[in-house]
Amino acid sequence: MSTAVRKKSLIWDYLTTVDHKKIAILYLIAGGIFFIMGGIEALIIRIQLAVPNNDFVSAGLFNEMITMHGTTMIFLAATPLLFALMNAIVPIQIGARDVAFPFLNALGFWLFFFGGLFLNCSWFLGGAPDAGWTSYASLSLESPGHGIDFYVLGLQVSGFGTLISGINFIVTIITMRAPGMTYMRMPLFTWATFVASTLILFAFPPLTAGLLLLMMDRLFGGNFFNAALGGNTIIYEHLFWIFGHPEVYLLILPAFGIFSEIISTFSKKRLFGYSSMVFAIVLIGFLGFMVWAHHMFTVGMGPVANAIFAVATMTIAVPTGIKIFNWLFTMWGGSIRVTTPMLYAIGFIPSFVIGGVTGVMQAAAPADYQYHDSYFIVAHFHYVIVGGVVLALLGGTHYWWPKMFGKMLSEKLGKLTFVLFFTGFHLTFFIQHFLGLMGMPRRVFTFLPGQGLETGNLISTIGALLMAAGVIVLLINIVITTFKGEKAEADAWGLGRTLEWAVPSPAPEYNFAQTPLVRGLDAYWLEKMEGKKGLTPAEPLGDIHMPNPSFLPFVISLGLFIASFGFMYHNDYSWGLPVGILGLVITFGSMCLRSIIDDHGFHIHKEDIIEAEKKGVKA
Amino acid sequence: MKKWLHNWRLFSLFSMIALLLAGCGKPFLSTLQPAGEAADMQFSLMLLSTAIMLLVIVVVTIIFVYVVIRFRQRKGEENKIPKQVEGNHTLEIVWTVIPIILLIILAVPTVKATFDLADVKPMNKEKRDKDTLVVNVRASLYWWEFEYPDYGVITSQDLVVPTDERVYFNLKASDVKHSFWIPAVGGKIDTNIENKNQFWLEFDQERAEKAGNIFYGKCAELCGPSHALMDFKVKAVPREEFDQWIEKMKNAKKPVVTDPVAKQGEEIFNKSCIGCHAVTPIDKRPEQARTAPNLANFGDRERIAGILEHNEENLKKWLKDPESVKPGNKMTGTYAKLTDEQIDALTKYLMSLKVE
Repeated sequence: MSTAVRKKSLIWDYLTTVDHKKIAILYLIAGGIFFIMGGIEALIIRIQLAVPNNDFVSAGLFNEMITMHGTTMIFLAATPLLFALMNAIVPIQIGARDVAFPFLNALGFWLFFFGGLFLNCSWFLGGAPDAGWTSYASLSLESPGHGIDFYVLGLQVSGFGTLISGINFIVTIITMRAPGMTYMRMPLFTWATFVASTLILFAFPPLTAGLLLLMMDRLFGGNFFNAALGGNTIIYEHLFWIFGHPEVYLLILPAFGIFSEIISTFSKKRLFGYSSMVFAIVLIGFLGFMVWAHHMFTVGMGPVANAIFAVATMTIAVPTGIKIFNWLFTMWGGSIRVTTPMLYAIGFIPSFVIGGVTGVMQAAAPADYQYHDSYFIVAHFHYVIVGGVVLALLGGTHYWWPKMFGKMLSEKLGKLTFVLFFTGFHLTFFIQHFLGLMGMPRRVFTFLPGQGLETGNLISTIGALLMAAGVIVLLINIVITTFKGEKAEADAWGLGRTLEWAVPSPAPEYNFAQTPLVRGLDAYWLEKMEGKKGLTPAEPLGDIHMPNPSFLPFVISLGLFIASFGFMYHNDYSWGLPVGILGLVITFGSMCLRSIIDDHGFHIHKEDIIEAEKKGVKA
Repeated sequence: MKKWLHNWRLFSLFSMIALLLAGCGKPFLSTLQPAGEAADMQFSLMLLSTAIMLLVIVVVTIIFVYVVIRFRQRKGEENKIPKQVEGNHTLEIVWTVIPIILLIILAVPTVKATFDLADVKPMNKEKRDKDTLVVNVRASLYWWEFEYPDYGVITSQDLVVPTDERVYFNLKASDVKHSFWIPAVGGKIDTNIENKNQFWLEFDQERAEKAGNIFYGKCAELCGPSHALMDFKVKAVPREEFDQWIEKMKNAKKPVVTDPVAKQGEEIFNKSCIGCHAVTPIDKRPEQARTAPNLANFGDRERIAGILEHNEENLKKWLKDPESVKPGNKMTGTYAKLTDEQIDALTKYLMSLKVE
């Protein structure tokens, strides 16, 4: 069967797709929607805190807002949006036709999506989780209603998805690289994806364990964290942060990767100190696991543990510093073209340095006794996550948009987005360092007048509104582009260095008609500099084997979604247990089906490829 | 550590930051206006780290601004291909070694301060010195209990401490995790459910006076809807004054009420409130039974419920509907609805509870 024959409705196509580029778009849309929801929650938080003693939202609702804002932004926005870029780009960057396990790739997305959907159902079914995004055990056990149950079940389901995607990337990068694409020729974004996926592999299991224990306590009468019965809540904190700290790096490393690509592309220079950049990424990934307890300096672990974790945390500044200076020297002597993505990269460097150095300041444990759980921390991690990850996501989206959708985003609107968002970001968060030092604890739904906190909070709220304006401009940009954007070339920016810029925009289903031969770092740039039009192929043109689309990933995830509802209500209603079991039957039944059905995939024939390539060249 | 700082080359930068930061916030609340030994140690560490980090930021900014301006693509250079530089080992080693040195400079005082601040030996001696003041802090949903075990005195919401000496704390929580934080006097420590934490703070007499002898304390760990309102106050007074106060507390008897309205209030109190609240500082019940703040010196307190100004009007508001003041508190719904008259009487009675 050839591509031309298989005509389906768009929705059915996306529900069943196993193509990494379409899954990337699914991640982008779902992550984008969750990002906007998290943003609205953030705005509500900032409006409530604009003036002292405000009653815009109630105390209880405020706690739901902060919990959902944090949870949504980390699990349902930042991670999936990075997955969107990884899915869209990494297989092409390494010269592969798809990821190693296309079916699992789709399953990963649908699990994440249903987990997130389940979590957000809580808004309509009696109240969202309200114990903070960390959901520390003593408070989350006390919390009435089903809010926390939505949290534990939703995050477990979406966590499976993340874990599956992570494993998929690891296998893809290890086994699917084109001939000649050695590890030390891999683009930095691929390297970052590789290390971040390894972090997922090791970090998500402890989270799942912690959530599972919490679920046992809340729904099935366990007593793992019930101190009155010999449980220990501090263990939950350890389990959470053994996941939670690497999580930060699994967000920031891909951001580093994205900026490494953007900076080198628009400076027209190869990355300065490539091997030390790779080394730094791996080292940061490794150290990221060794320092979780710095989130717990005030828990009372004693001076020995605090001192060890303090010094260990500080060491992370060294590889991070290496990266910053390498980026600066990549630009040094270059010929910098200031496009929208490059603007984000330029804005990122000072923002992230501020976020990084406040991180080192917190590593000094005794000083952290003052910073911890204050607005200083809020300022710090927003500098890292917004100033690092979100700027990277925005920059990366602008950078790879033509590759994903075949159209250029408007540069004018893009720059307006950047100016609004960047100004708003610094206005919102810089002042919060001082609010924290002046004695404002985090997660407070209000503050009292006369404590010197009024001005700072008002400025912060104004900044948040500016950021929102920036995002709105981006949405307008996307809508305009979709309808009348200018069509993108294969090498959309004219400066592409890596393999993805050698294939048409958007890439055909099979990515490469012929698997390319990689002859060095910045493979496409190398060929261009030698005056060649395209890549050197490593194989003759032939039929390409592709996997069949499948509806099963959707059904498997739907089963867990249903099961979650059943088990959550099994103490309240008699239908709970049967529904829970029914959900599991759907999930495991579909898994069985998947094993039984003999699916050989299909071939795209040589003639069709030749035809398609001709069209691609013309366009 | 002080001596060490004096030798530091960045001293000028240091004092500039200190000047800049010290203007920030209120002296009774801000960590930038430290008012005791622990806060001082933490503040100098904050200054040291800020100085080092500012240095880093300045260096990066200079290179950054230079690079962005100097190496921008000019008109007519669209097709220029710059030299593809591989890297430079010397440079890369330089920016690996310099951060390591900076971190060592920060790590040494960090480790020292960590151990100094954790030094609670005097409170744990078999027989502790009778001048070593120990306070047991117990955090509960939206209120604080302060017990002076050596004197058998219990109070709540307002902690009274002597100045110019180290005060030692045992801390724990009775329901969910909280965190004990007096920003101007020293960093926080969590109150856990399953174990007891210990640390010390010192309150400086001179600087306490500057702050009006009252410091604001906060709960720093999310503990429920009214987390933001779980404030307490610390009254730091000279040792003699503290001794007098503790003496009065030790000898305080059940108050004798003469005023007829207050008398009526006492009756209501004995009917509805005494199950949870005690009115003498000596409360022999086990802590599980002490489910509400001790009201022995309620009339002397700084605030109603930790947050409202201390006057009759606010007390009435609190008694009438605690939920509207502190959402999710444990007092709401524990007593029958009171008439305005009953509230007036109760207010009168509660305001008469004084030891001073």
